[in-house]
Amino acid sequence: MTTADLLGKILQVVMGLAVFAAVVGLLVFFIDKAPKKGRDYWQLALFLLPAMLFVVVGLVYPAIRTSLLAFQDRSGAWSLDNFIWMFTQPSAIRTLINTVIWVAIAPIVSTVIGLAYAVFIDRSRGEKYYKVLVFMPIAISFVGASVIWRFVYEYRSGDREQIGLLNAIVVAFGGEPVQWMQTDPINTILLIVIMIWVQTGFAMVLLSAAIKGIPTEQIEAAQLDGTNGWQRFRNVTVPGIRGALVVVFTTISIATLKVFDIVRTMTAGNFETSVVANEMYTQAFRASEVGRGSALALILFVMVLPIIIYNVNVLRKQREIR
Amino acid sequence: MSSVAPADLPIGKELADGEAAEIAEREPGTKVGRVKKRLTSRTATIAALVIAVVWTIPTFGLLVSSFRPAELIRTTGWWTIFQNPGFTLDNYASVLFSTSRSSPQLGAYIVNSVAITLLATLITLTFAAMAAYAFAWIKFKWVNWLFIFVFALQIVPLQMSLVPVLQIFSTWLRPMQAWLHDIVPIIPEQNYLPLWLAHTMFGLPLAIFLLHNFISDIPADVIEAAKVDGATHGQIFFRIVLPLATPALASFAIFQFIWVWNDLLVALIFSGGTQDVAPITQRLAELVGTRGQDWQLLTAAAFISIIIPLIVFFALQRYFVRGLLAGATKG
Repeated sequence: MTTADLLGKILQVVMGLAVFAAVVGLLVFFIDKAPKKGRDYWQLALFLLPAMLFVVVGLVYPAIRTSLLAFQDRSGAWSLDNFIWMFTQPSAIRTLINTVIWVAIAPIVSTVIGLAYAVFIDRSRGEKYYKVLVFMPIAISFVGASVIWRFVYEYRSGDREQIGLLNAIVVAFGGEPVQWMQTDPINTILLIVIMIWVQTGFAMVLLSAAIKGIPTEQIEAAQLDGTNGWQRFRNVTVPGIRGALVVVFTTISIATLKVFDIVRTMTAGNFETSVVANEMYTQAFRASEVGRGSALALILFVMVLPIIIYNVNVLRKQREIR
Repeated sequence: MSSVAPADLPIGKELADGEAAEIAEREPGTKVGRVKKRLTSRTATIAALVIAVVWTIPTFGLLVSSFRPAELIRTTGWWTIFQNPGFTLDNYASVLFSTSRSSPQLGAYIVNSVAITLLATLITLTFAAMAAYAFAWIKFKWVNWLFIFVFALQIVPLQMSLVPVLQIFSTWLRPMQAWLHDIVPIIPEQNYLPLWLAHTMFGLPLAIFLLHNFISDIPADVIEAAKVDGATHGQIFFRIVLPLATPALASFAIFQFIWVWNDLLVALIFSGGTQDVAPITQRLAELVGTRGQDWQLLTAAAFISIIIPLIVFFALQRYFVRGLLAGATKG
């Protein structure tokens, strides 16, 4: 990077800030100078204008267009080719299966470990520090996390000393080192481990906050009834945090369905590890198969939908009970 | 985009309870303190310790390795650091300052990440706060439906938007960027504009939803009083609502900052991948592809890319957790 480059970048930021400030200033000017007649309408419209513009151009129109593109072939004629490809081509089917494997494993394991950890450390000495250690990965990018774990999974051939922790452990127990990332199906599982590593902290923090929301009286009452720790956990803690559990589980499920960075960085979808979000990128932006990419995006949307409907239903029921 | 509306997590109360637990730690005689003692068994402590160690070791290994000479990283495991001692800052020097063509040259990408994140956060936050204010305090019946619609947009996955938005950008934005480059040659033809706009588009629904929750909780008396005094909506927004909403704004700002900083997908599609625009995550992902065996570079580069969000995270953890509790995640 030369000094001129740096100056150009700073200039861009300054210009960006200036234009942005001017836009906001102009909006405020018109908001305050709105005509007397229908004043509230004017002001409302101006307050909403920028956000709505972004949302319509960036989400509403694209979502409709992508849905249409999914049903068009390369020449632009209507067809179901993209979906036929998706459900008949072995590599595409594998992508769908992998996504199902991801979403079947990652959310449940993260939630369970997060919950267990939150319960173990609840009100213990040094709870704060325990929390930070597990929570930290949430601030690390998926790309950074992938490099961290790629190093753990590193493979050295022959008798050379292993520098990846996982293979070192395998060798220490007398096993043969494995090329983890090239070996199907263990590679998908090891990619899921990265997702679990990142998401457990999220689950733990939310669940820990929910656990602290359970009234102490309930736990003490259960103790007076002579219950043991496991019974208290089953009958007091879990019902008390059901809402948080649903939120955590569904949020991680959705994040898992959309996982892209990990697969892209670790294997780029090779060695039978591709998932829908990665394949969508590959098809639409690498292979110029816009129709197939759009169909995959649409499938992603369809997969996310029931999870959200479930989530909203549970939350609504809870609110009614209260 | 996200998904969930954990609107009824009682945030304020939980934080208060957390503090109660801290107090209890100091006073073991109190009620909470006694419960605490009985709950913490030895097995639980050991299990927690194991999880904590397993979760920390991968990052720790990366950090240790980033300070080891290339030759040692290549031939020995980082856990043998005491048998094979060696310490160097060369790895960091070479990923940051080396100017040879094939080296990572991370400096430029860090500047890009900062530039992208700064404006993407600021624009999203401002426009979201304005919309949230209008939704909460300018009453029309159909506006509520509009709000629900915007809220529902969170369920549209990012992937649904990418192709059409890229097409729109290359039709409308590309000529503008070229024109700007002609007038101010110092600004490259590939500039930050597409990334700023894209991140704003994708971040707005969640931001509007979170800020709306907070802004609609401002007591009506305050707003009414200002109106009686003759304040316009513009004045109310800047003089009353924004200052009162500062905690919520801070929470979301940190949230958006970390999300934008850590993003790879949006960058891959809208940045063009050159030193002029690409953020550090994209560069790191690229290095994994091209220099996958040069661990002395990868470890140092990875650590540099994660250190800034980590600093933000540690410094402002309280706000970050609050934002997380209020909004679950997006992505």
